[in-house]
Amino acid sequence: MFRYVSLITKNALRNRRRSILTICSIAASLCLLSLLLAIYNALYLSDTPPAQARRLVTRNKISLTVPMPVYYRDRIRQVPGVVAVGVNQWFGGIYKDERDPNNFFARFAVDPDALLTIQSEYRIPEDQKEAFLRDRTGCLVGAALAKRLGFKLGDKVLLRGDIFPGDYEFTIRAIYEADEGDDVMFFHINYLYESLPVGRRDFAGTFTILIDDPDSATSIAKAIDSLFENATVQTRTETERQFALSFIAFLGNVKMFLFSISAALTFTILLVSANTMAMSVRERIREVGVLKTLGFTSRAIMGIIVAEAAFIGVAGGIVGCIFASLLCAALRQAPAYLQIVSGLRLESYVIAVSLLIAALIGVVSSFVPAWSASRTKIVEALKFSG
Amino acid sequence: MAIPVSYNLRNLKERRMTTLMTALGIALTVAVLLAVLALVNGLRTAFEASGHPLHVLVMRKGSTSELVSNFTRQQFQDLKFKAGIARDAAGEPMVSLEMVTVINLASVDAPDGINVTMRGLTPMGLAMRENAKLVAGRWFEPGKREVVVGKSIASRFPDARLGGKLRFGRGDWEVVGVMDAGRSAINSEIFADLNQASSDYNRSEALSSALVRATDAVTVAALVNDLESDKRLNVSARTEKDYYESQTQSGAPVQFLGIFVSIIMAVGSCFAAMNTMYAAVSRRAREIGTLRVLGFSRASILASFLLESLVLSLLGGLIGVILVLPLNGITTGIGNFVTFSEIAFDYRISPTIIAIGLTFAVILGALGGLFPASNAARKEILTALREI
Repeated sequence: MFRYVSLITKNALRNRRRSILTICSIAASLCLLSLLLAIYNALYLSDTPPAQARRLVTRNKISLTVPMPVYYRDRIRQVPGVVAVGVNQWFGGIYKDERDPNNFFARFAVDPDALLTIQSEYRIPEDQKEAFLRDRTGCLVGAALAKRLGFKLGDKVLLRGDIFPGDYEFTIRAIYEADEGDDVMFFHINYLYESLPVGRRDFAGTFTILIDDPDSATSIAKAIDSLFENATVQTRTETERQFALSFIAFLGNVKMFLFSISAALTFTILLVSANTMAMSVRERIREVGVLKTLGFTSRAIMGIIVAEAAFIGVAGGIVGCIFASLLCAALRQAPAYLQIVSGLRLESYVIAVSLLIAALIGVVSSFVPAWSASRTKIVEALKFSG
Repeated sequence: MAIPVSYNLRNLKERRMTTLMTALGIALTVAVLLAVLALVNGLRTAFEASGHPLHVLVMRKGSTSELVSNFTRQQFQDLKFKAGIARDAAGEPMVSLEMVTVINLASVDAPDGINVTMRGLTPMGLAMRENAKLVAGRWFEPGKREVVVGKSIASRFPDARLGGKLRFGRGDWEVVGVMDAGRSAINSEIFADLNQASSDYNRSEALSSALVRATDAVTVAALVNDLESDKRLNVSARTEKDYYESQTQSGAPVQFLGIFVSIIMAVGSCFAAMNTMYAAVSRRAREIGTLRVLGFSRASILASFLLESLVLSLLGGLIGVILVLPLNGITTGIGNFVTFSEIAFDYRISPTIIAIGLTFAVILGALGGLFPASNAARKEILTALREI
């Protein structure tokens, strides 16, 4: 096979304009396909980061929007395998002007001590940690958020509450860095409780739980839920990743969306590639006759044509992947309200799968023209005029 | 003089495989675009069909959604006797105090559960929603743990079928009826008795919002102004229509993604069309030479090949439209971040959408055909005749 390599490349470059156009066309579709694969991979297949694998989230069984009594925290803490439990309450509210989506960011009222234990992957200078813990009206913001809105240590942040009415003023005491999710603001839940009437204080939106062993996540989650099985307020505990995925599911049938677009794309590439190969084989029937006269077997001829198609497909795939990785890099810079794509990376095996698809499409698309060309009788092939 | 169109049509027919494959490529691109547009259009239609033109939605100051709003019975008493509020046949002011919350139901698509809106309301609230018609069962009775579900809820969630039981608040609620409100968002809601629901959630005093009907179209604006500026009530008021219209934004991510995908696919199809047209030009070099000898100008050759490309892409566009037509009327649901719950709606393919798809295809064809056509037009007669 390898002795034909130069013949194959010569053939592929013979009609340069056509090859380049085909490569561009395949590249465009494949760029998109690999991007979709990367999104799918990031959402459903990638490994959970070790810190996240040790976290569970408990919410009210009825829905996330209905709070639970805060004393559940102490009961959850007694479940074997649980290391720490923190309260999390979505604050909502409005920062500056709600009409500008750039002003939107997630803000949670939390147990500051528990937060620092549970989110162990957050990188915060020790002195800032201290300052945040000491100041009841202090807040902790992510580095990406600080960059986006120009927050600095010591700045005041004013939020207008909606779920919890009133104006809340915070002082930025610490800024954390993290590989993912560094666009959130956290503040002391006691500050929130104190602003509310006594009877309305003891609630928790969700509990974030740190466990000792990621492998026992399912059994610990079950143990927590069974604690409250007969209580008025029942709970639902899942891993932090499942919890995050439920938000993706909320957007709609994302899997179906990714799948149908990928199918349409693959089929488009197949059409483009088949079209090109049919055209280029048709032009060369006479050459096939010559090759056969020289003693090339039908199988060799078929192999040469199929390999040419695979070559063009892979070339398109490589260009496509280059563009896709550029797009990924651009998407990582996207504002945080497009959070799903913030950690998007074109993993090497996604690239491998894309290139494999490209090569396969080349082979499949050229199979019919290659087969019929290799079957043409020498005399007919030599007689053929384009 | 122009070259007859039949020349191009015959040529496309002659090379039917190539024509078909190129057209199919364009068709898929158009189909993806149309599917997304049909989805966004369906969503918009659902929101536009929601809300009554005379209704004003009253929430706590600063609230952007009923879910985060709080509205007390005291506020409601003060609101009830504002000027400009319509009265029903019995002389009662048409004002409805409501409680909105979200419950999580398992569906066939999402066994982990999807959020849906549960609304507690009074008989007046039901009366004010004239468009909600009962299609099965009966309305709930005040004081009982009974719910009536929108028809999309009934069809999408197995637990919410007529006779089923839903578990929220402090226990089980029986599904006693199914309602249909045309295309309105009410189809994605669950209705229950206000007093029963609010006591289950410990919210007997702090409910969510109030819905008010103005006497006529002119009073609506006045009523909104009056409520907004009432310092004692401290509420924000907006028309119900306006409230739902602002939720159309929940389709924005899908729309953005869909258009992004379509544009990249269009680039690919454009190159493919170019390829096909270049092949057509080079195969017909001798014909082009002959046409020139016969006296056709360069301009008419350019026009002829460009036209051929347009016909090719239009064919693709038409196939694309045919491909997406079966989607029309299929129900789907997407998350609405304002209500934090799912809204179900039908894909809707409108004539405008079809026109957009065909225009998109034609633009694609024009871009893909321009270079090959100008290449054909620039050919020298003698060299063209000598080419094989």
